[in-house]
Amino acid sequence: MESILVLTHVDETGSALSKASLEAVTAGKELAAQLSATLAIGIIGSASALNAVAATGARLLAVESEAFTQARYSSDAAAAEALCRTAQASIVIAPSSSRFSRIAAGVAHRLGGFIDTHITALSGASGIEATRWFYRQRIEAVVSRDTRPWFLLVDAGTQIAYAGEAAAASVEQVVVEAPRSRTTVTGVRAPEQGQQTIRPDAKMLFVAGAGWTKKQPDGQIHTAEAAELIMGFLKSASASLGSSKSLVDQGGEGNSVLPFLTHMNQIGQTGATPRHAKGLSTCCHGEEPHVVGWRFIGDRRAISLDPNCGWTRGKADVVYIADAFAVTAKLNALLQASKS
Amino acid sequence: MAQAVHIVVCAGIVPDPLQTLEPVTGPTGPGLKNEMVLPAVLDPWAASALYEAGALAAKNPGSKVWLVSLGPKAKLQQVMMTVAQKVSFELVPVEGPIGGFPDAHSTAAVLTEAIEAIAGLDRSKCLLFGGWESASRGAGVTLQLIGERLGITEQFQGVDQIDLREDGSFEVLERVEGGKHQVSVCSTTPAVLGWATGNLAEPRNNPQVGMANMRTIMPALAKANVAKLEANGLRYISASQPKQQRETRVEKNMTPDEIAAELAAWIGAE
Repeated sequence: MESILVLTHVDETGSALSKASLEAVTAGKELAAQLSATLAIGIIGSASALNAVAATGARLLAVESEAFTQARYSSDAAAAEALCRTAQASIVIAPSSSRFSRIAAGVAHRLGGFIDTHITALSGASGIEATRWFYRQRIEAVVSRDTRPWFLLVDAGTQIAYAGEAAAASVEQVVVEAPRSRTTVTGVRAPEQGQQTIRPDAKMLFVAGAGWTKKQPDGQIHTAEAAELIMGFLKSASASLGSSKSLVDQGGEGNSVLPFLTHMNQIGQTGATPRHAKGLSTCCHGEEPHVVGWRFIGDRRAISLDPNCGWTRGKADVVYIADAFAVTAKLNALLQASKS
Repeated sequence: MAQAVHIVVCAGIVPDPLQTLEPVTGPTGPGLKNEMVLPAVLDPWAASALYEAGALAAKNPGSKVWLVSLGPKAKLQQVMMTVAQKVSFELVPVEGPIGGFPDAHSTAAVLTEAIEAIAGLDRSKCLLFGGWESASRGAGVTLQLIGERLGITEQFQGVDQIDLREDGSFEVLERVEGGKHQVSVCSTTPAVLGWATGNLAEPRNNPQVGMANMRTIMPALAKANVAKLEANGLRYISASQPKQQRETRVEKNMTPDEIAAELAAWIGAE
């Protein structure tokens, strides 16, 4: 019989389970039900956060001493290893958060196990089958492994976050000797530009392409106006900002750039593949290296001056052949009017 | 005084992103149709790692960069013709299969062996670089596994910046959720750094650097060990292209006002 452990951690408040952790709990609970497997949930951080999953009926384990509060490799890997050994897990499910993506492979190796990551679906109908993407979301595959323990990192946004009734949880404390660490986490830094434009929970993704900083019909570049229009849209639509590589790279080449853009905004082959219900692309040619980053965007629309751009070839639902400056200005006015 | 570091960059080669990729199933599992004739490039995030390694080595005299890469010799040679002109490095090639479908644990074992065999590598000064994910398998685990195998327990992923200090410590910026960076200070090498994009533009081609690199690259390719990758119990049930062709409505004659009104309604709709 399989023994499933779901590894979780707290969010930035330090007292509640992260949303991605709650999604991993859903995946573990459903898989345990399909396989008639035992279920344990382990946490690195505050044991009281497990009150949120007490209703699962799972065995609850925690490593919560001071030495394990920082999200760093040495201490997190030691804590996760101890949780896995205590649970004697054959299947370990964890969220693909930055914290667990940093350590999960190392922990799997320490336990003589194997790992597959970026899992988007799990099935236990005929053995355990995991779905994931290869080649930057261009090929989808279903994999299985006979070897155990098998670690599976579940991508955020692919499961419904567990939302059972909170209750006082009975948590077993797992005592771990703190490893010697040469790393100290000193803080978290937002992008230097100061304005937070990346909002993973936003319904809308707005993507700016290189056209925003190209010469306009008057022969001039209007970077400042572009910046104002884009920021105006982000505020009015509560959207997250993505960018094409070419636009971000302009900063490193000494060209006129949008002041709030960093490489972290990049979407596509060398950037992120975010999950949003809707996406609006502007001034971007919509070729494959860029569009692979749109794999998990639901409704897609694009504004482009090029009637032969990539978006028109089955990659967007609607393409408007128009000037993004003019449309965005009008759109911002409408969105602001509807808010007031 | 600057600190000399030994930087080992693990970098795979991947199909040029403009190519159409079609999976085919062979006797050993899935692969890409016409894989061997697809133009290849150095994996983009690993390339960022290489450029950062080159810049770091240049700022710290006495430092050295090795590039460890697994792939078919012919493909490696083709990719090196371009990459060698960007950064000074010594190539450590391993001949083996290309592609995203082989098991990452096997790849890590092979690359670890290659790193352990590097003559002159001082592992106490080592910074193990690579991409935080590849553009092929994209699992983000190979570098971690190599680190574990080499006994390196200071690891960072999604790195955008490293600042090496005079006392030998270094500050690292790692990407975390919500467009932020976690800032850490590590007191000494060795460490593993899986790079995101970093902050450097792609270096311009420098034929002199290329010629110097090629003098060691060609003999290294000739002597490359051949590696066989184990499946480690990994089985592929299926591999297919997504069916996401959309019925695109192209609007060529709408005014900005009409488009804005339609978009506003679309944005407001649940």
